Amino acid sequence: MEIFQVVGMAILGAVLLAFLRQTRSDMAIVLSAALGIVVFLMVVTRLAYFVEVLSDLAVRAGVNRMYLDTVLRVIGVAYLAAFGGQVCRDAGEGALAAKVELAGKVLILAMSVPLMFALLDLILRILPS
Amino acid sequence: MGLDLVLRIAGVGILASVLCTILKQQDKEEYSLLVATAGLVVVFVMLLDYIEELLSSVRTVFRLW
Repeated sequence: MEIFQVVGMAILGAVLLAFLRQTRSDMAIVLSAALGIVVFLMVVTRLAYFVEVLSDLAVRAGVNRMYLDTVLRVIGVAYLAAFGGQVCRDAGEGALAAKVELAGKVLILAMSVPLMFALLDLILRILPS
Repeated sequence: MGLDLVLRIAGVGILASVLCTILKQQDKEEYSLLVATAGLVVVFVMLLDYIEELLSSVRTVFRLW
């Protein structure tokens, strides 16, 4: 079970972080970023499997491939933006974190424009002309 | 694969902090700064591979570009 590894590593990392924060806070930032990356990499294979299942279901249900791809892309950008923002906030740079998250939101908005157009098209088709 | 990265970073951090303390006590402030910078660079180079792996795995899983 991977959860034991994750929890053990998180506890060990928390102890090491608490020690490093008193002496060298710059190393503590790098260590916390590394812990975040490692935990994500441990579960990313399961996540990939789940995404495969989801896209398989979407194909079976006859959903347009573009929609699911857009949703997945949005999730990816949101995760990366949240990760970058958390690392920045951990380093005490709250303003930088807010900017990273703003950039993520803007990029997500730009990505969802085709979906918005599809929705508008659908509404126009449903409405009696 | 993950635990060794965490332990390596923590080890370098503890080593750098101990060396800094010793060097400061010997009145060698400039060497202490040098050790701190070198430790940070070493740790960051260790992290770079993993950042690259994170980005590429997010890219493949979530089909970004």
